[in-house]
Amino acid sequence: MLTEPGRTWDVLVLGGGNAALCAAIAAREAGASVLMLECAPPVYRGGNSRHTRNMRTMHDGPLEVLTDAYPEEEYWQDLLKVTGGLTDERLARMTIRGTASHVPWMKRHGVRFQAPLGGTLHLSRTNAFFLGGGKALVNAYYRAAAALGVSIAYDTEVVDLAFEGPRLAAVTVEHGGERRALRARAVVVAAGGFESNLEWLREAWGPPAENFIVRGTPYNRGRVLKLLLAAGARPVSDATQGHCVAIDARSPRYDGGIVTRVDAVSLGIVVNRDAQRFYDEGEDFWPKRYAIWGRLVAAQPGQIGYALIDAKAMGRFMPPVFPPERAPSLRELAGKLGLDPDALEATVARFNAAVRPGTFDHTVQDDCRTEGLEPPKTHWARALDTPPYYAYPLRPGITFTYLGVAVDEKARMQLDNGKPAANVWAAGEIMAGNILGKGYLAGIGLAIGTTFGRIAGEEAAAHALA
Amino acid sequence: MRSPEPTTLPELVAEAQRVLAICNACRYCEGYCPVFPALQRRLEFPAADVHYLANLCHNCGSCLYACQYAPPHEFHVDFPRLLAQVRARTWADYAWPGFLARAFASGGLAASLATAAGLVLVLLAAILASDASALTKAWTDSQGAFYAALPHGAMVAVFAPVFAFALLALGIGVARFWTRLGERGADLVSAPAAAPALGDALSLRHLDGGGEGCTWPDDRPSFARRTFHHLTFYGFVLCFAATATATIYHYALGRHAPYPFWSPPVLLGTAGGLGLVAGPLGLAWLKRRRDPQLADPAQRGMEAGLLALLFLSGATGLGLLALRESAAMGAMLVAHLGVVLALFATMPYGKFVHGFYRLAALARYHLERRRPAASVAPD
Ligand SMILES: Cc1cc2nc3c(=O)[nH]c(=O)nc-3n(C[C@H](O)[C@H](O)[C@H](O)COP(=O)(O)OP(=O)(O)OC[C@H]3O[C@@H](n4cnc5c(N)ncnc54)[C@H](O)[C@@H]3O)c2cc1C
Ligand code: SF4
Ligand code: SF4
Repeated sequence: MLTEPGRTWDVLVLGGGNAALCAAIAAREAGASVLMLECAPPVYRGGNSRHTRNMRTMHDGPLEVLTDAYPEEEYWQDLLKVTGGLTDERLARMTIRGTASHVPWMKRHGVRFQAPLGGTLHLSRTNAFFLGGGKALVNAYYRAAAALGVSIAYDTEVVDLAFEGPRLAAVTVEHGGERRALRARAVVVAAGGFESNLEWLREAWGPPAENFIVRGTPYNRGRVLKLLLAAGARPVSDATQGHCVAIDARSPRYDGGIVTRVDAVSLGIVVNRDAQRFYDEGEDFWPKRYAIWGRLVAAQPGQIGYALIDAKAMGRFMPPVFPPERAPSLRELAGKLGLDPDALEATVARFNAAVRPGTFDHTVQDDCRTEGLEPPKTHWARALDTPPYYAYPLRPGITFTYLGVAVDEKARMQLDNGKPAANVWAAGEIMAGNILGKGYLAGIGLAIGTTFGRIAGEEAAAHALA
Repeated sequence: MRSPEPTTLPELVAEAQRVLAICNACRYCEGYCPVFPALQRRLEFPAADVHYLANLCHNCGSCLYACQYAPPHEFHVDFPRLLAQVRARTWADYAWPGFLARAFASGGLAASLATAAGLVLVLLAAILASDASALTKAWTDSQGAFYAALPHGAMVAVFAPVFAFALLALGIGVARFWTRLGERGADLVSAPAAAPALGDALSLRHLDGGGEGCTWPDDRPSFARRTFHHLTFYGFVLCFAATATATIYHYALGRHAPYPFWSPPVLLGTAGGLGLVAGPLGLAWLKRRRDPQLADPAQRGMEAGLLALLFLSGATGLGLLALRESAAMGAMLVAHLGVVLALFATMPYGKFVHGFYRLAALARYHLERRRPAASVAPD
């Protein structure tokens, strides 16, 4: 594969996650010769896609594993809301419409779906769940790609791109300590964002980035993105935008994935290093607020928070992977967490005094709220008064970054000079910022990657074979 | 997080508790098999529940290949192998009488074959002591073939106690398991538990990997394992049915073996024998190609032992049918009976028990599904 000097591939696909696989399969099915370049070894192949679980999918009526209907307009309104308008309506609607055709396409290539069970029923209308999750999806696609005759090079990092004007003339890779230049008629870039590049994150976020945890693959270091931007690709979104959630502070630095989330927030209070509350924990259902707490915690001193609950709340949320700190009194809990015990007691006392009587019901936005407290807790506010007390430490967990390259509706990469690149198409995280200027909608990452991956593959193949 | 290399049952249970907490936070595998819905009902995993979950798993491998935390990831979620290790140790733990449980660990293949050989010798000796010449002569069907060589009463005298003991031992083991789960004995055989559990077991419903088959022996889903297991199991059942029908013929109808080829006992026996030859061969072939990551190496002997005895039961049974009017019939008969006797004698102390524990685990699963589950999320 890599050792065929002088060979010109029809299509080179840079990356090895969902977007890259969709592009490689689509290009190969269109008749092109395809080589995929994945910098990870086989056991860690598949980038962030191996951590996923579902894809937000539009449908006009009940569809196999999807209940009811989720029409285009509602999907679009949901997206509009979370991005606050920082989106491109044309590309967004294209993505949304694309999802309707993805489920059968994915099944044809071995992906299996399931109806969601406990813990995720709130998504059973909008999101199609993969049987076994993202790694099973990635495995199925790798099997399908291999069966179709896509060549796959693992442990192969793209380290340089040689542009001749708007044309990408050569892609340099490093494999086994050696560098090689590869040539292709068309190139699909699908090498993810830069979320696992701590240096780049520090550049964008300053010192707080030291305390960020990377939820997904350690391989998305943004090398391809940086090379493209340096070569004159038009950027979209900015380096501080991304999907960032609050996760357990004890998570591994990389690759902790889904299990590190802490769903206790809306059932208790969250304090910072100074034992002070800083945001309304009961603003909305947790799944809807999940994606704002990363930034909230990132803005706190030392980028740390502590979700506190009492015995009443224990067992009422998805079990986190790490056991909580536990103590019979708030003072002792403060001691275990390294917080000022007096400050914590005072914060909880103020909170408890502000709680108004109500009927607690975690399944609706109930009337349990605080009064005269800043910040307030507007739902599910119950006094923390029943020992033992529990705490989960929280840190910002970065999922993926939005800074990317601009594309058109054919997935073709756009240049800063207003012209399209001659032979480069982009898909997945590396261009998600076209649609996600900020905010996040669960399951849209794969919707974007699958839509643009398929189109990029087809377009690249058509260009190469023309 | 992980203890160095867990080997004893308590160490393995502790390791399973660590991994179960990860799975319970993840839940990506919930569509593969009953283990996940069962674990998702729980927030904690006492040892007995770990035993239960381990026996609910049939080592299909799907959750290993789908796991983003599988080794070399630092979370080291090695679920199918871990549950297999727990499972085998629960069988030894619950076995009765306890001292015979050692057979589980002592390289099953050698043990089973030695048992078979020993039993063949004993049978032979017993028969030779009474009338050696009968065994080496050819008998026609009209002369009563098998029973001319070995009287029916003698066969029953040898088999009945071994068979009864095996059933008793198995029953005690499963009852211990069931009680440890905190379930009432009557519930095990109650219709809401037993009927669907039997249905699952007889159809091997869950050996489907959520639709496409088990990822076994490697990461490509296929139904090969289910097919060969069906051949083996129904082969066994048919052979059992053949023996039972023959017993009815013998006692109730007064018709004595050997029976003509088209008679129910012979047809059942032939079909069963073919299943017992093809099924275990297929399973052994799959096992040879099995991904080492899925297997508990300590169980290889035990698994091979059961497959060998099942295969030999089928092969010698078919041989007996083919040679029943020749002078080799006597030798074949002794071999067949010896192997079958070994199969029953080792039954409570080898891989065979998996079916019974699994049936009990499935019964528990169906009982539990009728109970309300803890609701942990605002769905
Ligand atoms: C824990 C977690 C859960 C998530 N859950 C969901 C979900 O349920 N639904 C959803 O829609 N989205 C989810 N997401 C977001 C989703 O993962 C991404 O939006 C999507 O997978 C992006 O696909 P991709 O192919 O663009 O990138 P990736 O899958 O990350 O693939 C990028 C690939 O490029 C390779 N690469 C990087 N640099 C180079 C280089 N220089 N040379 C060669 N190869 C390179 C990487 O190794 C990797 O294979 C989740 C993310 C995380 C972290
Ligand atoms: S085996 Fe892995 S992927 Fe499956 S539920 Fe457990 S942790 Fe999740
Ligand atoms: S190996 Fe198969 S049967 Fe066992 S827990 Fe995993 S998916 Fe379930």
